[in-house]
Amino acid sequence: MKQFTATATVRFKKSVLEPQGKAIQLSLAEKGSHEFSLVRVGKYIEVELEAESLEAAKQKMDKIAGDMLFNDVMETCEIHVNEKAK
Amino acid sequence: MKAGVLTFPGSNCDHDLVTALQKEYKADVELLWHTAPFETNHDIYFVPGGFSYGDYLRTGALAAQSKSMDSLRQAAAKGKPIIGICNGFQILCEAKLLPGALIRNTNLQHICEWSGLAGDGDWKGAFPAGYALPISHGEGNFICSDDELEDIKQNGQALLRYTNNPNGAMFDIAGLASKNKRVIGLMPHPERALAEQPDARVSHARYGRLFFEKIFALAAV
Repeated sequence: MKQFTATATVRFKKSVLEPQGKAIQLSLAEKGSHEFSLVRVGKYIEVELEAESLEAAKQKMDKIAGDMLFNDVMETCEIHVNEKAK
Repeated sequence: MKAGVLTFPGSNCDHDLVTALQKEYKADVELLWHTAPFETNHDIYFVPGGFSYGDYLRTGALAAQSKSMDSLRQAAAKGKPIIGICNGFQILCEAKLLPGALIRNTNLQHICEWSGLAGDGDWKGAFPAGYALPISHGEGNFICSDDELEDIKQNGQALLRYTNNPNGAMFDIAGLASKNKRVIGLMPHPERALAEQPDARVSHARYGRLFFEKIFALAAV
């Protein structure tokens, strides 16, 4: 078995209300910073896992992403997997 | 009547439901803890409100992965009636037993008030004018894809709709049924509306009863 590190970046779809980003943007505007026209907050999930191969590790990540890490009604998810440096 | 009430770490309306079912309806109620599968021999199941798993990841997301939910899926496959209230609605959506998802209220606030409701779809005309139930949630804003919404409308699945949409929910959806109408999720809390209320405007009809009568009719089928 090989060791892998993976990341999942979960973003709200553009059409979905994302209140944290909106609050940050409004806070910036209150301080006079009006150049930030959009702020969106997502989630960055780090995972360490074991698998036979890079391909197998990617499949495992895709599986848990679809089952659990993001909800495709409102979010998108981008996954990156790398073999862990020894 | 034998009722199962699923309980997760962070559920906080489970005992309200148990008390309501036992005291008001003399039901035989079993609390079902999330770590164990259960035998699907109850007449009806409830997924209660609260903040399961502290709302971590997404509301209802981690509860939807529980062992007890595997059993609940089996119960759903058998056509047993399943009612999710508030966080229970969110859990049923995350478990894909209901379409769509519930996101933050558009005003970004937790809303706790009596909310006007009307029956629609299969429940059109089921409740009197001025019908209301208490709501208390931060994430009750129902969303789904355009295709799903079209199906919901066509099949009469939007059983309860807000008369004065408090949270931004699509099509004013407060309560939603699955395609076969056996799984129902709703944001309002009928279990909190069984006692006489001090406010005369809402006390006269004990509105929660009308909801439970509709639900128990499902269990009898």
